[in-house]
Amino acid sequence: MRELTLDDLDDMVIGATLLGTGGGGDPYIARLMVRQAIEKFGPVQIVEPGELDPDGLVLTTAVIGAPTVILEKVPAGTEFVACVRALAAHLGKEPVALMPIEVGGMNTLIPLATAVEMGLPVIDADSMRRAFPQIEMTVFTLAGIPAAPMSVADEKGNVVVFETTTNQTAEKLARASVMQLGMANGISCYPMTVRQVAAHGIQGSMSYCVELGKRLNAVKRGEEGAFEEFLGFSGGKRYFSGKIIDIDRRTTAGFARGTVVLEDLQDADRVMRVEIQNELLIAFEDGEPIITTPDLICFLDYETADPITTETLAYGQRINVIGLPCAPEWHQPGMLELVGPKAFGYDVDYVSMEGVTA
Amino acid sequence: MSTRLRIGIDVGGTNTDAVVVDDDGNVLASTKTATTPDPSDGIRVALEQVIVDVDRNHIAQAMLGTTHPANAIIRRRDLDAVGILRLAAPSSLAIRPGLAWPVDLHDAVIGKAAILRGGFEYDGQEISPLDEDGVRAFALDCMGSVRAVAIASAFAPATTEHEMRAAEIINEVTGGSVAVSLSHQVGSLGLLERENATILNASLFGIARRVVEGFQTALASHGLDVESFLTQNDGTLMTADEAVRLPILTVGSGPTNSMRGACALAGLSDALVIDVGGTSADVGILVDGFPRESAAAVEVGGVRTNFRMPDLISIGLGGGTIVTESGASVAVGPDSVGYKVVTEALVRGGSTLTLSDIAVRSGRLTGFGDVALAGGVSESTVSAALAWVDEQITVLCDRMKASRASMPLIAVGGGSHLVPNHVSGIAEVIRPANYAVANAFGAAIAEASGAVDRVYRYESLGREACLDEAKQMAVDAAVRAGADPDQVRITSVAEVPMTYLPGQGCRVQVKAAGPLKG
Repeated sequence: MRELTLDDLDDMVIGATLLGTGGGGDPYIARLMVRQAIEKFGPVQIVEPGELDPDGLVLTTAVIGAPTVILEKVPAGTEFVACVRALAAHLGKEPVALMPIEVGGMNTLIPLATAVEMGLPVIDADSMRRAFPQIEMTVFTLAGIPAAPMSVADEKGNVVVFETTTNQTAEKLARASVMQLGMANGISCYPMTVRQVAAHGIQGSMSYCVELGKRLNAVKRGEEGAFEEFLGFSGGKRYFSGKIIDIDRRTTAGFARGTVVLEDLQDADRVMRVEIQNELLIAFEDGEPIITTPDLICFLDYETADPITTETLAYGQRINVIGLPCAPEWHQPGMLELVGPKAFGYDVDYVSMEGVTA
Repeated sequence: MSTRLRIGIDVGGTNTDAVVVDDDGNVLASTKTATTPDPSDGIRVALEQVIVDVDRNHIAQAMLGTTHPANAIIRRRDLDAVGILRLAAPSSLAIRPGLAWPVDLHDAVIGKAAILRGGFEYDGQEISPLDEDGVRAFALDCMGSVRAVAIASAFAPATTEHEMRAAEIINEVTGGSVAVSLSHQVGSLGLLERENATILNASLFGIARRVVEGFQTALASHGLDVESFLTQNDGTLMTADEAVRLPILTVGSGPTNSMRGACALAGLSDALVIDVGGTSADVGILVDGFPRESAAAVEVGGVRTNFRMPDLISIGLGGGTIVTESGASVAVGPDSVGYKVVTEALVRGGSTLTLSDIAVRSGRLTGFGDVALAGGVSESTVSAALAWVDEQITVLCDRMKASRASMPLIAVGGGSHLVPNHVSGIAEVIRPANYAVANAFGAAIAEASGAVDRVYRYESLGREACLDEAKQMAVDAAVRAGADPDQVRITSVAEVPMTYLPGQGCRVQVKAAGPLKG
């Protein structure tokens, strides 16, 4: 067990923004929540699965809703505690730890605030290690672990707990509940044992996020060799350095879809196109896909190395396009059907980043 | 036939400028004096100088752009103590008001804070009914301890009711002894940022009243019985009375007035503007006569806010930027001798190689000093440094442009000689004659405006009907602010779809502006 320091938290925020791959919601609000929760309830404890009773219950929590609404209807904190308690009551068992579903974007930090309020540790694992837009897009789905029973709660005391037959149905029911409950809610799903987390979760996600953020902060400070160290640590590669020459946005069914086109800074004939659905999903060079979901496409500001989110993309921005390999736990049967390019409606084959060298 | 004249005054960090402008935008008189410790003194002097040769009977309006409020925040001085009333509970309890404020500013400003039941959902339903008893108790608690109260309710930009009612209660309880600032009048969506802006706004009430009284007294003492206005961050006007209530909306008006002034002096409404000083260069863009606004959150005095600010990019490139030769390579900046370039540059007999020396050697700058004094600088150094300057300016302009289309670039400021006559992607480089008083000119030509920022659900009324309603609301607001109803136009429409959920929720931001009604 170790305590998360305030310095760790700063590194985690930038790491989480990067792992948001352009989406995932701004971690700023979640960072403030964690700060207040630490002031009020004490430090965040991070644990490894091996430190806990293998039969102990692990529950997740996350914010679900529209980022635009969350900016206005700031969390109470109680919605996360309430959905966790409701699910625990439904299961008739108390949790031994909380876990993030999504280490990427604002949901990386939400469980930290809830855990300190509930006096629980946070287990160092998750189910995405990047941002994805839907609840079923997890390594747990690949392992056959159901998302349900799950609970959705608001800040007023309204809670729904439901059982579903598939994780896709769970996703639909959760969204429908959120529409009725103010579009800024707490969700708890994928209840499982510590043993299941150890066997099927993405291990060390929180630490990875902090370490990645620490290295990116070193790049931002302009430290010598920091960029190479950042790529070496993550197994990432710089694919392109360009400026945005075109950006096209459209919205369908709650997804901010779009296409952004970059031109190489040195060679105007080299062009990259990146497809967006809330997150950055596929990068093409000369019409050929070169980075594909579930691997991560990250835009870093060319000058400051700040991760750039899709809402703030603008013509003329200078960007380093970095590809980061997804967590190794993703590579198992069913990955492409669940989170590959075709799962997002693109008729494109997955291109492995394995064997790619920086 | 009588002409109507306007006075524009700009109080900057160094200089206080004033101009007198006629209806056609001709500059009839201008002056530049030093900004004084009490800026009202500088305003009086500038006013006195600028109207000497003008028929003051024809002066109808006076516009002031000033850095007083911005400086008060930056220096944490002359700020009023503020009580904060957030109406959103039970939502938002996870983040208390002022949580992320710098300690010194928090201590200087935040007196009391409460989060009470109230506020609205995205669809206009109440989160909770307003806790009126709680508001009464808070008001009583505030009497004698704070000068003003900032009220922010969830989704106030869309539904103002609870903020209005809470203000009413506070006025009743305190008999008007505590001033009130409402968040929906200050900022747009984003509760925490809007609340921050509202707190800062309330803390500026005292200084704003003193500025406006000083301005109006100065006008009256010169026998000028005219309408008085202050310029806002977005380049439009507030009446002086309104400015007393919304001073925070003036804190970014300096760069805006400069850009709008430069553009109007050049006779353009769409252009890039580069302001090159001694140490840095700022680039901004005007679209339909208004600066494009920054998409990212803007920090004021270390506090994250969300009000309207011009989008500017700054780099360390100015007349005083130091050029270093080491062997065959040449390094430029970021260090600068700043305003001391007039004594430090080689061509002025100094000992530092600056970009001004490079400009003199290359012929871009003439009449600044003795070119022979920089004769020892090699041709290759001159061309390497110039190549760096040209590259930086090209990149800066390109980052600011909204599309690949070629645009004119207006170059102003003491270091604008560094801007080459040909920049890639730029149609033409323009150097307006009167640019020294561009800020004051920008203030003099400012228009009245109105804005709307709210969330619509398109599936109920349809997108067109929702946009039409928002546009009409913006136009009405502009007319209420004094714009000529016949000349009001929509200046911007932005739609931001709400992601991660089905349905067609959309945030709509519309602005309208028009010249003042005569």
